[in-house]
Formats: sequence, structure tokens, C-alpha cells
Amino acid sequence: MSRNTEYRDLFPGALEMMILQSLRLRPMHGYALVKHIKAGSDDLLRVEEGSLYPALQRMLREGWLESEMGVSAKGRPTRIYRLTPAGIERLERELSSFQQMFAGISRVLAFNLA
Amino acid sequence: MNWMKQLFSRRKRYDDLSASIEEHLAEKIDELMDGGMSRREAEQAARREFGNELLIAQRSREVWQWPRLESALADLRMAFRRMGKSPGFSATVILTLAIGIGANTAVFSVLNSVVLKPLPYPGSDRLVSIWLHAPGAAGLTSFQEGLRLSPSMYLTFAEHNRSFESIGVWISDAVNVTGLAQPERVHATLITGGVLETLAVQPAVGRWLTAADQDPRGRRTLMLSYGYWQRRFGGDPSVVGRSIQVDAETGEIVGVMPRGFQVVNQDFDLLIPLRFDPHKQILAGFGYNGIGRLKPGVTMEAANTDIARMLNIWMDSWSNGPHTNPHFYETWKMVGAIRSMKQEVIGNVASVLWVVMGTIGVVMLIACLNVANLLLVRAESRQQELAIRAALGAGAMRIARELLTECMVLALVGGAAGVAIAAAGLRLLAAIGPANLPRLGEIGLDARSIGFTFVLSLASALFFGSIAAFKYVRPSASLAHASGARSMSAGRARLRGRNLLVVAQVAMALALLVCAVLMIRTMGALRSVEPGFADAGRLQTFRISIPETLIADPVSTARLENSIADRLATVPGVESVAFSTSLPLDGIEPDWDEIRIEGKVYQKNDPPLRFFDFVSPGYFRTAGTRLVAGRDYTWTDVYGLRPVAIISENLARESWGSAAAAVGKRLKVSNDQPWLEVVGVAQDVRQNGVDEPAPAIVYWPYMNNSPYASAIETQRALSYLVRSPRAGSQSLVAEMQRAVWQVNADLPVASIETLGDVYNRSMARTSFTLAMLTIAGAMALALGLLGIYGVISYAVTQRTREIGIRLALGAQKSELKWMFVRSALRLTGVGVVIGLGAAAALSLVMRSLLYGVSPLDPVTFAGVPVVLAACAAFASYLPARRAAAVDPVDALRAD
Repeated sequence: MSRNTEYRDLFPGALEMMILQSLRLRPMHGYALVKHIKAGSDDLLRVEEGSLYPALQRMLREGWLESEMGVSAKGRPTRIYRLTPAGIERLERELSSFQQMFAGISRVLAFNLA
Repeated sequence: MNWMKQLFSRRKRYDDLSASIEEHLAEKIDELMDGGMSRREAEQAARREFGNELLIAQRSREVWQWPRLESALADLRMAFRRMGKSPGFSATVILTLAIGIGANTAVFSVLNSVVLKPLPYPGSDRLVSIWLHAPGAAGLTSFQEGLRLSPSMYLTFAEHNRSFESIGVWISDAVNVTGLAQPERVHATLITGGVLETLAVQPAVGRWLTAADQDPRGRRTLMLSYGYWQRRFGGDPSVVGRSIQVDAETGEIVGVMPRGFQVVNQDFDLLIPLRFDPHKQILAGFGYNGIGRLKPGVTMEAANTDIARMLNIWMDSWSNGPHTNPHFYETWKMVGAIRSMKQEVIGNVASVLWVVMGTIGVVMLIACLNVANLLLVRAESRQQELAIRAALGAGAMRIARELLTECMVLALVGGAAGVAIAAAGLRLLAAIGPANLPRLGEIGLDARSIGFTFVLSLASALFFGSIAAFKYVRPSASLAHASGARSMSAGRARLRGRNLLVVAQVAMALALLVCAVLMIRTMGALRSVEPGFADAGRLQTFRISIPETLIADPVSTARLENSIADRLATVPGVESVAFSTSLPLDGIEPDWDEIRIEGKVYQKNDPPLRFFDFVSPGYFRTAGTRLVAGRDYTWTDVYGLRPVAIISENLARESWGSAAAAVGKRLKVSNDQPWLEVVGVAQDVRQNGVDEPAPAIVYWPYMNNSPYASAIETQRALSYLVRSPRAGSQSLVAEMQRAVWQVNADLPVASIETLGDVYNRSMARTSFTLAMLTIAGAMALALGLLGIYGVISYAVTQRTREIGIRLALGAQKSELKWMFVRSALRLTGVGVVIGLGAAAALSLVMRSLLYGVSPLDPVTFAGVPVVLAACAAFASYLPARRAAAVDPVDALRAD
């Protein structure tokens, strides 16, 4: 089994970027995050739900997120993830480099089609 | 200390994580159930979409861990748990490894201390022993080591050399110390200036003996060894400046050498300066051990060239007296033959130790194969567990790593036990103290030995672990197969691995056994050599020396020596007494010179050199040396100074064709001397060693007219030989000592031992090799047979059902037994063929250790395989008998 299951069908860092972007809107718990990403992508992206958690732990370790006690939609105790200033900074950097890359790829594709 | 905080907050992180995952699943299930699914369906769907919950949780936790280290720790915990669960298996493995590793550690420690470690002198790589090679000196060629230096050579070399920082000569002697308590005979090493400078070990107390101390007209000085200082002076530092009586002369103590210091390989009590008078030296007298310290960057070849140059100076500067030609020695074709001091000290023991190391290494290999075999057996019984784990997603590497961890733990525990075994073995070795093992006092476990054990343990774990892992990581396919395997006979493929191991074991055991048997046959050949003396165990010997300072007159000395023998003969139980200057095999530097046979013409007037021995009447009868022709000396021959000689049989044959023909013929030593008549011919004696050819010997009366000057000469250092059934007993030794003191109270006796001890010591190298190889061979045989037993035993268990069917169909029990024995013999056969090849290679390597037996001795090479096959048949017969005892009904009902 590959160690990088969480990136299946996605390029490296994509899941991370989506989590950061989602949490920028508001702090969420794990399941809400999955639902948010799925809904946001209109189910176009296939994300294995569990793969979220190793990514979350990594981002906690990097200090981009922090977690706190919270209550789920069903009223049960869970953990809410919140973006830190360092996380916001990271997101900005990732977004700009992603946009550059995306623009580059688009141009090449357009050039070849023409 | 971020990582520490991380470590402590980890528990909370893990709790957070499981809470999140739990709530994730709960919420999802709730939603799915709201969508109309049953609880069961909802749970399944939720888990499917989530993925492998355990794996994800683990991955998430790993973010906070050092995954490699922690999974290694988990493996370690697992290994200990598994060891605890199968104590029998673990104990077998650990014991096998402990013995194997222990034996290897012990042998390595010996090899390390004796051969690998530098000598205990500063800058010891520049230390050399100075020998000369003299191919032109007929008769001297039997001195295998070469020619030693003469005093005049030392004086020349010390003055004229360009290659040495320092140079010196030394010899060993025994001296009488009187005036302390009772008279005592102690080991002295006589040294010139340059010896201590060369060895460069500082004194513990006082100062070195230097060139100033060797002035023959100066004050007599000496140094003590640490041991003698402790023993006689209680380690009193004020001993420097005190005087003691050595050979009835007063010498002042100037210093003490530190503990463990030896001159090259010589232990001593006293260091005494050699006081050569340059005005009295002649060319000859080649009896001194030369040592030197090379200047930095000077090679041994360069030093040899330097010596060749100095030999010419030497011949120009000295002579052997008036009317002699100093350049006579050119016919000897002398050249320098320097060798490193380490080589000198270690001698031929290195080859023995490497052979022993190799064989004991092979035993280790066999032990590893046995352990691998045990692991394979267990792999088969763990087939089901492994299949389940593989099905649950355990990677091959994960399982292999866990197994290797377990092997490492087993090997390290075995290694630790092995160190204890090695330490005990080394203590035993030191207690036995094999006489010819140099540097015995330096042998011990050091950091390098422990390191070796550690590496050996890990390497062996890796070795047998990988063999087993190969099997483990390919569990035989499916769960269904695994659970059903028990009832089926094993396929050929499954047994092949274990069979290969058995073949390898048999091959190695055979090779070792062949070597051991070759050594046994060598020992037998040595024992059957007629040494030239009889019944050595009943011959008590000791040495006495009468210094000129005690009794100057040669005739009085001879009478004193005679009366000591007479007094000894009155001791109860003594059958006969005699004495001589040297005994067979005693290693005392022999006297020798040219012997001219009457009527024989020599090329360049250069007759061959012969060994001299000086004996009392009755010597041959006492020693058990047969007189082949003629008669023994009488006391009238001695006191009448009659011109007579007794020669050895080989000298008689060489000179006159036969022993009988020699009697009545004449010979002499120096040209200026009257002819001497041969009155007797004695049986050949293996003077230099049982495995060395018997030298030609001339036996002179112990008092005679000197061949070099018109003077009577009496030998002053003698070995007494007492034949008695009481030889070796303390009471006889005490009574002999008293008898000597009744004659002269100032004479200590030394080197008390039986000729039997001397005889056994001369074979010490062979018996040491023999003992080691026999132990190794026996271990290899036992392990090999255990391997065969295990394989056949396991095969019987595996094939119980098949055996039942065969029996039910009418197979004969004897036929069934034979079937298993036959398969064992087939394995043995293949092993034997491979082993014979290995044995041939090995025995050619150890050729130098063999005597009287060919390295490819047909008896050994035919006999050992037969014996091995018989043992293998027996080892397989035991489990095969179990097969025949199988009850077909039980066997078939078993499932």
C-alpha cells in the first residue's frame, strides 16, 4: 500500500490547500470539513474521507491549525479545527504559487490546441 | 525542548484524534440512517467510505512520532513477548548461539591478544630480532631459525650500524642467589647496553642498565623484575642501592622493571649486564639473541644490507686466534636475516590459531544453520498466523523486520551468554597455560573482543534471520491453504530449504572431523616415534650449576658433581642416577663444533658441525638410550681423562657405514688435538623435538681435556636424571633437594620436572591444535546430527497421514523406516561429497601442522564419511521408528 493514499487523484498539497481554504471561512470539525469539500467540488473530486486525518495532524504539527474542544452538529463532543495566522500565511503562499502553475499549464494547453 | 513537550502532549493528541474519527463515523452513520438505511448498512457504508480506520489512525499518530524508532521498539516488545511464550524454543536457540559465539569469542580473544595486538613496547613496529642466515655452514642448517650473533658481532654492529637507533644482545641464564634466605636458583636475563633502550619501557623504580654497566672492570650492577621485587623484597622502593650475592659475587640493585615486562618473550627475575671485554673477544660464539630498533623509515631489507656491510668490518676487526683466517667465515655465506620482533615472539603459533579460528567459525556457521532450521520449523507452525496477518495488510517487509528483530534479540542474549562462556574458557586456558602459547599473560577479553562478539551476534542474526525470513515473507498462499496444511504431506518444495541446510551442515561437520582425525593421526605418529629415551614419566630431572666463584678447580667440581649423583642414588626408590649438559627436548642451547673423522678429506678443510653433549657414566642406561655398539663410559674414563668419545648411530653410519664399524675408529675437534677413540655408539635421540630429525651427536665425558687449550674442562651446568617409580612426587623432590644440600648447602636445584613433562610439552602445539579441533569437530558433529534428527523427525510428523495410508494399504513397517533413513542418508551423501572437497582444501592449508600423515590421508578420507553416515543413519532411525509405530486408524482419524 502506498504511503500517500491521501493524495490519490490529487496533486501534492491540493488536499492541504482545500482544508486551509475551507477552514478560512470558519472553524469546523472533521466530518463537516469533508462534507464542505465534497459539496464545494460538486462531488467531482474523490477524496477518501479518512485521508483527511493524517493531513490534519500534519498541519497541526506545522502550527497552521489549532484544535479545540467543541460540539458537533449532533451535539456530541468533538474537536474543532481553526486556522492560525501561520496557516493563513501558508494558504496565501500556496494559492499564489498554485495560480501561477495553473495559469502556466492553461497557456501550454491552449497553445497546443491552437 | 520542543520534542519533550511533544512527547508529553502526545497522549492528548491521540485522544483528540480518536474522538474526531469516532464522531466523524457516528455523524455519517446518523446521516445515512436518516437517508433511510438500516443501521448495519449505514455502518458498512460509512466505514467503506472512510477507508481503513486502523491504518489511518496509525498514520495520523505517526505524524507525532519517530516512526522508525517506535516501530522498532514495538518489534522489540513483540520479540520479548514471543520469547516468553515459547521458552523451550528460545532456550534452545540462545544456548546454541551462546556456545557458538562463546567459542568464537574465546578463540578470537586469544588470536587478538597473541597475534593481532602489537607487542607491549612503545613503537613496537620498528622492533626487530637480528638473526643471520648461514647457508654455507654445513651442520648449522639444522638450526631452523638461523644463526645468532657473537659478542664481537654485537660490538661491531653497535659501533658501525647506520640503520638502528639502538642495538643489543641478550641471553637467558639461571644464576644462584645467596645471602637472602635459602640459596635460590633464579631466571636471569643477561643483556648488553641497547637492549632496554630498544624495548623502551621505563623502569618502575630506579634506573636502567646502560652501556656504562657493561664495563668488565666496573662495579657489578643488576635490575629486578617486578615479580622478584615483590616476592623477595615486598615491593620495598628503598631496595635500589642494596646489594645481593649472585653466583657468589656482589651486585648492586639499580632499578626495578615494571609488572609484565619481558625481554622479547623471556620472563626473568634478574636483569644482569653482559660485560664483554673487547680485548678478549674472538669472532666465534654465535649464541646471543640480537634485537634492535630500526630508525624511522628504514626497511628490513635496508637493515639487512647494512648488516652485510658490517659483516666485512667484523671479519677485518677480529680473529679466532693466531694462525686462523678471519675470512674463513666467507664460506658460511652469512647474510642478515632480520625479522620483526612480533614474528619472533609469536613464532608458528599464528598458523595454529588461524586454523582454530577458521574451524570454530565453521562451527558457528553450523550453529546458525541449526537456528535457521528451528526458525523454519516454527515458520511452518506459524503459517496460519502469518497468512492472517498478510490478509490484514501486513507488508512483507514489516513481517521480515519483526522476525529479524526477534533474531537480533536472540543473538544478542546468546552473545551476552557467550561472553560469559568465553571468559570462563579463557580463565581455563590461562590455568592450563599451554607452554608454547606466547604472550599468555596478555590474553583477555578487551574492547575489541567485545566488539567482535557484538558484530558476530548481529551478523549471525542477520544470516539465520534472512534464511528464515525468506520463508516467512512468502507464507504459502491463502488462509484456506494455511489452515488445511496440517493434514497434508509436505511437498518437496517446502522441505527443500531445510534439506539444503542439512546438507551444508553435514559438509562442514565432515570437513572439521577430517581435520580433527588428521590431527589425531599426527599425534599417533608422533607418539610412535622412538624418541631415543624410554619410560620418560619415571625420569625425574632437575638442573644444578656450580659457578667458578664457588669452586674454581675443575677436578674438584667434577668430584662434587659425582658425589651429588652418589648421594641421590641412596634416596629410597631411586634406581639409577646420571647427569649430562642437556636432555632431549629440553631446548637448552646445544654446544657444537666441527668434528674431523680420521682419514677423511674435507673440502676447504671445513668439516661439518656436530652437536655436543657431555655425560656422566651410566647416562645412557638411566635415560633408556640403547647403546647400539661398544660400551658406556666408566669413571676411569672420566678421572683418567682418557681420549674417548661416544657418538650417535646416524653419525656412525654416515662416517663409517655402520655402528659396529665405528667402534675403535678415531675423530677430533681441533687440529691441534690428539685423536680420540670411539668407544661406543648410542641410539639416535630426537634432541630438537619429536617431529624433527635426530641430529648427529657426539657425547663427551663431562670432564675431559679441552680441545682448544691444554687444560682440563668440567661442565658446570648440568641436568641430573633420576630414574624412579616415585618420579613426579613432591616427597621425592624434597628428598632429592635434601640430598643435594647434604653435599653442598650453597647449591639450589632448578627446573624440577619429569622428562615425561618435557616430552608432553614438546608436543604441546600438536595437542593444543588437536584439543581445539576435536572440540570443534565434536560440536559440529553434534549440531549436524541434531539437524538430521530434526528434519527427519519433522518429516515424520508431517507425513503421519500418508504413513497411515501406506500402512493401511499394506506397507511393511521396516520398509517405512528405511524410507526415512534413506532420505537422511541421501542428504548425508550429498553433504559428504561436498564436505570431502572442503576437507581436502582445509587439510592442505593445515599441512604444516601435520606429521607422519598425508594431508589427503586415504584412511581418514574414507573412514570419516563412513562413521558420519553411520551416525546420520542412527540419528534418522530414532524418528523413523516413530513412523513405523503409527497406528493407521489414529493417523487417518486425526482430522
